[in-house]
Amino acid sequence: MSNMFFIDGQEIAFTPGQTIMDAALAAGIYIPHLCHKPGLTPQGSCKLCTVDVDGRSASACTLPATAGMKVDNNTPALQEVRKTLLQMLFVEGNHLCPTCLKSGDCTLQALGYHLGMLDGHFPPFYPLREVDASHPDVLLDRDRCIVCALCVRASREVDGKNVFAIGRRGANARLIVNSPSGKLGDSDLAADDLAAHICPVGAIMPKNHGFEVPIGRRTFDLHSVAESDVATPVTLKKTEHHDE
Amino acid sequence: MSKIRIATTSLAGCFGCHMSFLDMDERLVGLLEHVEFNRSPLTDIKHCGPCDIGLVEGGLCNAENVHVLREFRQQCKILIAVGACAINGGVPAMRNHYEVQECLEEAFLHGVGVDNPMIPSDPELPLLLSKVHPLHEVVRVDYYLPGCPPPGDAFFTILSDLLAGKEPSLPKAMLHYD
Amino acid sequence: MNIASSLPSGGDIHLLHRLRALQDRHQHIPPQTIAPLASELGLPVSQVEAVIDFYSFFHRSPRGHFDILFSNCTSCGDLVLMQQLCDLLGVVPGVTRADGLVSVDQTSCVGMCDQGAAALINGRTLTCLSAQQLPALAALIHAGTPLDEWPAEWFAVQDNIRQAALLLNDTLSSGDGLRAAVQAGAEQLLAELRQSSLRGRGGAGFNTSLKWQLCRAAPADTRYVVCNADEGEPGTFKDRVLLTRYAQQVFEGMALCAYAIGAQHGFLYLRGEYRYLLPQLEATLAEMRTANLLGENILQQPGFNFDISIVLGAGAYICGEESALLESLEQKRGVPRVRPPFPVTHGYLGQPTVVDNVETLLAATHIALHGGQWFRDHGTQDSSGTKILSVSGDCMAPGIYEFPFGISLQTLLAACGGQDAQAVQVGGPSGTLVSRAEFGRKLAFEDLATGGSIMIYGAQRDLLAVVRNFTHFFAHESCGFCTPCRVGTPLLRQYLDKIASGHGTAYDREEMARLGKLVKRRSHCGLGQTAANPLLDLLEKFPQVYAERLLHQDYEPFFDLDAALATTRTLTHRDDAEAHLS
Ligand SMILES: Cc1cc2nc3c(=O)[nH]c(=O)nc-3n(C[C@H](O)[C@H](O)[C@H](O)COP(=O)(O)O)c2cc1C
Ligand code: SF4
Ligand code: SF4
Ligand code: SF4
Repeated sequence: MSNMFFIDGQEIAFTPGQTIMDAALAAGIYIPHLCHKPGLTPQGSCKLCTVDVDGRSASACTLPATAGMKVDNNTPALQEVRKTLLQMLFVEGNHLCPTCLKSGDCTLQALGYHLGMLDGHFPPFYPLREVDASHPDVLLDRDRCIVCALCVRASREVDGKNVFAIGRRGANARLIVNSPSGKLGDSDLAADDLAAHICPVGAIMPKNHGFEVPIGRRTFDLHSVAESDVATPVTLKKTEHHDE
Repeated sequence: MSKIRIATTSLAGCFGCHMSFLDMDERLVGLLEHVEFNRSPLTDIKHCGPCDIGLVEGGLCNAENVHVLREFRQQCKILIAVGACAINGGVPAMRNHYEVQECLEEAFLHGVGVDNPMIPSDPELPLLLSKVHPLHEVVRVDYYLPGCPPPGDAFFTILSDLLAGKEPSLPKAMLHYD
Repeated sequence: MNIASSLPSGGDIHLLHRLRALQDRHQHIPPQTIAPLASELGLPVSQVEAVIDFYSFFHRSPRGHFDILFSNCTSCGDLVLMQQLCDLLGVVPGVTRADGLVSVDQTSCVGMCDQGAAALINGRTLTCLSAQQLPALAALIHAGTPLDEWPAEWFAVQDNIRQAALLLNDTLSSGDGLRAAVQAGAEQLLAELRQSSLRGRGGAGFNTSLKWQLCRAAPADTRYVVCNADEGEPGTFKDRVLLTRYAQQVFEGMALCAYAIGAQHGFLYLRGEYRYLLPQLEATLAEMRTANLLGENILQQPGFNFDISIVLGAGAYICGEESALLESLEQKRGVPRVRPPFPVTHGYLGQPTVVDNVETLLAATHIALHGGQWFRDHGTQDSSGTKILSVSGDCMAPGIYEFPFGISLQTLLAACGGQDAQAVQVGGPSGTLVSRAEFGRKLAFEDLATGGSIMIYGAQRDLLAVVRNFTHFFAHESCGFCTPCRVGTPLLRQYLDKIASGHGTAYDREEMARLGKLVKRRSHCGLGQTAANPLLDLLEKFPQVYAERLLHQDYEPFFDLDAALATTRTLTHRDDAEAHLS
């Protein structure tokens, strides 16, 4: 019983310090998520991993597992909550999938498929956001950014740089670039930085690789997000950087 | 038994969804035993009469789109938003990045190769809305059929379900936003 | 790392203070000052950029030499006055006049709810504004008269203490509480605090002695005390009065907390709207240093070293949330942290930190002197002592009322002359909307919990307008960290606007309620978790207020179709029937 807890009635082992998400992924149980990547500091902002823990709402990626806790994960009600959150993310940005290079490899879209999302449901926001094409190898299209801050954390925690940050407030929250001009081309982002590849959506994209894999043959055209995420461990590039 | 009446239209779309509709190929023949088409590019009927099902491709970019959509909503018991543009604006909504004034000025005044620059004002031409909108911002939509375009199989599935009096559902494999 | 030297303590080394100075000087933050400031403070450029855009009081383009912000609170706001002044000055709200002389805009509640209408002018507080005064005010602006030469009474802030009890009646002498604490020792102080059952006055009501105990027990070399004077909840102004009248006792409360937990440094996080209090608060700190109530070996206790610096916020309600406050102290955007870990173990700079409300710390000073039982003898089972209430809105005598916990709302309304209310918002927008039928309910943690805001709405008030005001407030103040609140609060605002403007249908109301419940249950912090309360409470308690506005039809567009044609009508010079949509 010690170091065991329950997800949807299934008993799961955990090691102290593991979050619900860590333990679930280790046990091959998929909990939807967007702003989380094992190996980076969890932040719990997208709320797609919302679970009910002994009846209380929590983010699976940040809440430490404790013995005996009962977690609801794959319930119709929670899937509905997650679908609504996804719809909110879609209407908040400009997600025109047919025009997007990431289509088929995009986790946001794949979650839409996974949760059976057919439409954005809410009135769209039509935000005007800046595209930054100043970097020779990497394109930043903020229209599709879901402010998950994976790039922010990847740059700081793995690349040993500090290329990105989140600026502004509320619905105006935006990804900003840490360079004097605010342009990506002036930053020290390198094409093989993790931060240049970690974006779950089509906001940060490598240039010149757009259609190497044709539409219809891409990751989530062939696999469900649940299966690919559980099956393939995410390996993060290591660098020498340490915080102090 | 009287036939199920279907109307279709393309608003701010590219007729791609209609082409995909025709991808039902020989299954269309079977379908036609149960359905008849009212207003549709396939029939050239100009106004929508009372129908059971309305399939609307494309979003709303101008005043005429709004009139047609309202007519469909009024006449059709079931209204289906078909394709990415109907559901969230799709490719035409890329113009939402700009003010409509910028769009018109670029197209008719300052664009490369424009002779006799003037913004057309013929009353025959429908006025552009300031933004391109999905259908559900203006009328209640009963079902959504995503895809750019939705595959022919998806049309067949949703129509078969509706003809059978079932809640339509799509297999996951047919769910695509692109 | 030498913590002491890297402390962005008050003064001119805190980013918020530096930005405020730039804003004052240039009416905006000039782009060319950003990189040098970042390198001087040793911060990434992106952090400075992010902070500038997070806080409402910093601007990217120049505001007027006279920059006026009218409160938009339902108690101290008056946007009709704002518009009148705009007309007099020939400005559009939010747009600086072409000659750069003046700009007028709105801001969230400025904490003058007992003496509205209120506004800030270049950061200074104008109270009791009236329509008659506006021509004179506009003339002073046109003449370019410096604020120091304006009538001083325009800036006068009254305390309006209407009802005093345990804390407000008691006039402690300088150092009484701290001396008593030091004499008794830290253990005894904590025991008295435990005995008092004091619970936090900031809203959440956490047991104060337990908080201090946990912080004290957390392993660390350095600990901090933070006094939360962000007081951003609309309708709340008691901390303003406490810091005006009893600042020394509040600081003593911080010092005795430091004594109990072993902290050497404290911060007063003061909301930017209360900037006018800064000089007198600094003076109080200086006196206390002279009296050895702050500094080294306080009251001759070897090793009891403690000092306080003041950090001024810059217009962000979320910075009242304790972990967002800590982020703000650390010169970042005020985004609430993931909890656990809690500030008592991982607070300022990751060190154990007590964050307490102004009133909590004031109470602690009194408890140190009079003992826990003295306090425990008042109030109710679960809510000991008294509560200092900020009463505003439609009543005869708005102001500060101190009552023991457990009094009924009815009693309070009788005391302030607000008996005719149709509804009272208890605890501010994040609290509870209470209808007449419930006026017998008690003000206490076990019934109607409140951080102290009591907003009274008379029969003539449009409650939908009130709730709409609150819903706009939350959407404006959302920090944007988590999806449900970042996207949900603007959507709720849109549904409510649609209904209030007579374009909502029953479907919109149901959608709004469904979304509201999700935002409430799934948001990351208290802001999102309470943002839907007003509109849900209104739905539950005053359903007819919605019903009266609804269109009796199935569906209604989300935007004004005819207005969406306006630009192209102008561009084509058309006005024929086909150029319109109904
Ligand atoms: C959005 C939000 C705003 C808050 N604003 C304040 C505030 O202005 N003042 C305050 O004392 N507490 C505020 N709180 C509560 C604090 O997070 C915290 O609970 C409090 O400062 C703890 O002090 P106490 O235990 O003395 O009440 C706020 C909480 C939230 C979620
Ligand atoms: S980022 Fe993903 S969801 Fe957004 S447009 Fe691209 S593919 Fe679609
Ligand atoms: S750019 Fe991509 S990785 Fe970075 S915050 Fe936006 S969505 Fe997340
Ligand atoms: S609930 Fe709102 S204020 Fe709180 S963290 Fe989420 S976005 Fe920020």
